Amino acid sequence: MSINWFKYSSPQTFYPLAGKMIPWFAFLATIFAIAGLYISFAVAPTDFQQGEAYRIIFVHVPAAWMSMVIYIAMAGWAALGLALNARLSAMMAQALAPTGAIFTLLALVTGSLWGKPMWGAWWVWDARLTSELILLFLYLGFIALQSSIDDPRRADRAGALLALVGVVNVPIIYFSVKWWNTLHQGSSINMGAAPKMAATMLMGMLLMALAFWMYTVAVALMRVRCIMLERERSSDWVKALSVSTGEKL
Amino acid sequence: MQWTSWSAFFDMGGYAFYVWFSFGLTALCVVWEVISLHKRSKTALRLSKILAQG
Repeated sequence: MSINWFKYSSPQTFYPLAGKMIPWFAFLATIFAIAGLYISFAVAPTDFQQGEAYRIIFVHVPAAWMSMVIYIAMAGWAALGLALNARLSAMMAQALAPTGAIFTLLALVTGSLWGKPMWGAWWVWDARLTSELILLFLYLGFIALQSSIDDPRRADRAGALLALVGVVNVPIIYFSVKWWNTLHQGSSINMGAAPKMAATMLMGMLLMALAFWMYTVAVALMRVRCIMLERERSSDWVKALSVSTGEKL
Repeated sequence: MQWTSWSAFFDMGGYAFYVWFSFGLTALCVVWEVISLHKRSKTALRLSKILAQG
């Protein structure tokens, strides 16, 4: 059996499909979040150095991971939109940006709330923190640039270029703790090396990361549906849909 | 289970402010994002309906 993927590359056919997918991703996000929070607070032991403050790791690290993963996904969709001149890809990039910005802000704020009791400072200008702050500016720049250009196709192209140039920042964030002497600690998980943290802590972190990931897919699909409705406002399919849903005027 | 009592749980070993602020803000962002998207979708549908019927 072959699926005609191109069928789903038009907003008209993708809109109902996305609507069917949202509850599943929301459900998965809820399950992973319940399991992750249970391990974070009830199962994971107290840290012998940091006491209970270390529990911030269960939101901080997954939020920081998502901030980078979403940027790469956003840039990927933007590149695809640029290369194929595909409007749905560009809409996906646009739909991911605000969620990426929120996770970046959360990574920065929860990091600050962790840094204050452990380092004695809310903020230091070390490479990890600074490059993550630049990531926030890249997201905000992408959103501002797209919304400042009236023609949506031109806005897509300009946004895509900014997103692609900004990709260089992601490996800088990731490797900053290796390349420079940072106050920020090293990676929580290293490829090819046994994790140094307790298995339960690792499990809690991974479950929270999965919850954030599923949540991201759900809200990105919600937002892409909004973008489709807004951009194709005067098209027949949106008009027919808006009449059939019975929204009050 | 790590906690001897609920008050010990809420106290988070003296780090209550830092821990609960982190988790609370995250929860707040999630709730705000979902509600605002819900509203945005309703507004878009309402506008299209006006266009369709006008």
